[in-house]
Amino acid sequence: MEVFIQTVVSGVLIGGVYALIGLGMTLIMGVMGIINLAHGQLMMVAMYLTFVLFTYFKIDPYFCIFVTMPALFVIGILIQKYLLNPLIKIESILPENQVLMTVGIGTVITEIARFIFTSNYVSIKTPYAAKAVFIGNISLNFPMCVAFFIAVFFTLLLFWFLLKTDIGRAIRATAQDREAALLMGIDTSKVTNLTFGLGSALVAVAGTILLPIYYLFPDIGGPFTLKAFVITILGGLGSTVGAILGGVILGIAESLGATYVSMGYREAVGFVIFVLTLIFLPGGLKRITKI
Amino acid sequence: MGYLRPILALGLFVLFPFIIRSDYYTHLVIIALMWVTVGTAWNLLAGYTGQVSFGHAIFFGIGAYTAGLFHSKLGISPWWGMAFGGLFAVIIGAFVGWVCFRLRGPYFALATLAGGEIIRLIAVNWESLTRGMVGILLMPSFKSKLPYYFISLFLACLTILCVLLIMRSKYGYYFLSIREDQDAAESMGIDTTKYKNISLMISAFFTGTAGAFYMNYMGFIDPSIVFSLHYISIMTILVAIVGGVATTYGPAVGAFIMVGVQELFRSAIFGLAPKWVSQAHALVFGLLVIFVIMFMANGVVGDWKKIARLFGRS
Repeated sequence: MEVFIQTVVSGVLIGGVYALIGLGMTLIMGVMGIINLAHGQLMMVAMYLTFVLFTYFKIDPYFCIFVTMPALFVIGILIQKYLLNPLIKIESILPENQVLMTVGIGTVITEIARFIFTSNYVSIKTPYAAKAVFIGNISLNFPMCVAFFIAVFFTLLLFWFLLKTDIGRAIRATAQDREAALLMGIDTSKVTNLTFGLGSALVAVAGTILLPIYYLFPDIGGPFTLKAFVITILGGLGSTVGAILGGVILGIAESLGATYVSMGYREAVGFVIFVLTLIFLPGGLKRITKI
Repeated sequence: MGYLRPILALGLFVLFPFIIRSDYYTHLVIIALMWVTVGTAWNLLAGYTGQVSFGHAIFFGIGAYTAGLFHSKLGISPWWGMAFGGLFAVIIGAFVGWVCFRLRGPYFALATLAGGEIIRLIAVNWESLTRGMVGILLMPSFKSKLPYYFISLFLACLTILCVLLIMRSKYGYYFLSIREDQDAAESMGIDTTKYKNISLMISAFFTGTAGAFYMNYMGFIDPSIVFSLHYISIMTILVAIVGGVATTYGPAVGAFIMVGVQELFRSAIFGLAPKWVSQAHALVFGLLVIFVIMFMANGVVGDWKKIARLFGRS
């Protein structure tokens, strides 16, 4: 029983971070109607940025959020503005060419990282990496707890932003109905750029807080992109509440899978959820939560 | 395009191995012809039916593993894989279609992408069956490359011909109508789910057969080769879009261009460039995706007039 509780709790903790990754993707999905398949790769950029700042400038990884967030925000806006927006004007038979473009961008980012940092695994050694927090008989990894609380903080911040600010309302309006938003005087193309930036910034936070827990290599982006879209599908396309639930569910399921099935299939858990969602709950959790 | 040029091209291909007596170039053309098959199969599904698959490695790998396992587990000739690889790919394809085509939106693209990863993980972890990352090795049946060459050529021609005939039949019009406007197609009484599935199964069949051929020809497979996202799934997409989506001969042209590009970089531009160029292979793939989508969205065949104008011929 203790093992079970331990597994679930650590699943929830990592799930909080997954939720942050999924939120970024679902925001982009909601506003632009495309799945961003370079999402995990952008996270990888944030992780390497943190790695460099920690190793060469001795900056604590958690403070790096103040660097990685704005950096990825700018990168995201540039990608949207110069690589994805021009595609809308191009006459093409394939409907998914923006998605394909994100695959191309993801590959290029990964390979550039490989050129700079080589394929070797790296990790950072923080003084608190091995610390543990005890609640009763359950021990929790300290960096993981910190990651969870930072993730919750940014999730709340995002909700405040979306619900209470004008730009947040503009983003929600664009996600609901682009043309109507345009008629209400919202500059939808600006909102689109901003959303991609915002999504990238959120995934940057996730990457930075994951670095003290994870090891890092250029190909780490791919699996996280896949996780992000599993969360997006599970939560329901464009649903923010769904993405949070989806992230936590994925975290718990992966954690249970790793404990009770096999470590080798840990990555496959997400896909099983994905297939089950498509079969039994097409439309995702959005159908239950309605938001 | 009339009948003359394709027949002339076919004649050239039949004569090719007798004129160029080089194993190296014959090998490249065999691989290119295999990609013609896969690219054309993908084109039927994505180009004509509008359902973009990001995971043709699923079908390719299933075909290859069918041939390999026939040899290693059942002890029969891997050539039986050519007959059954396609069929098993169709079964998997039917399942993927059943799961995804009930929904609209990006589900199919994502499910195929995820499917490729799932099946790769299974192939890596199910060691008692697939031997995991050790892979499957078999002795090639022929020493000469000629038999492979003609099998590959036959397969490529068969695929192009089948797709051509399908697109001229009633089914072809159904596929196109689904791509152009699903609601309109449905209101005309077309069962869109059914025809999407049919398109997917035909595509899976040819891809699986090509996979089985790959096993027979190369004699070695492991999960990271035949279920690879970059080297199979993305390569397939590139072959089709570089050549020209929804054109009959586009994927054929694209296959030769892409195999050429791949080889050029793998060999570091014939050993002239510094060595790191050969490792830039995946980078080139990524850049090519970006470049092609931005500037040549309809491929070499589709944008031929634009390209010709660029070089000063109207």
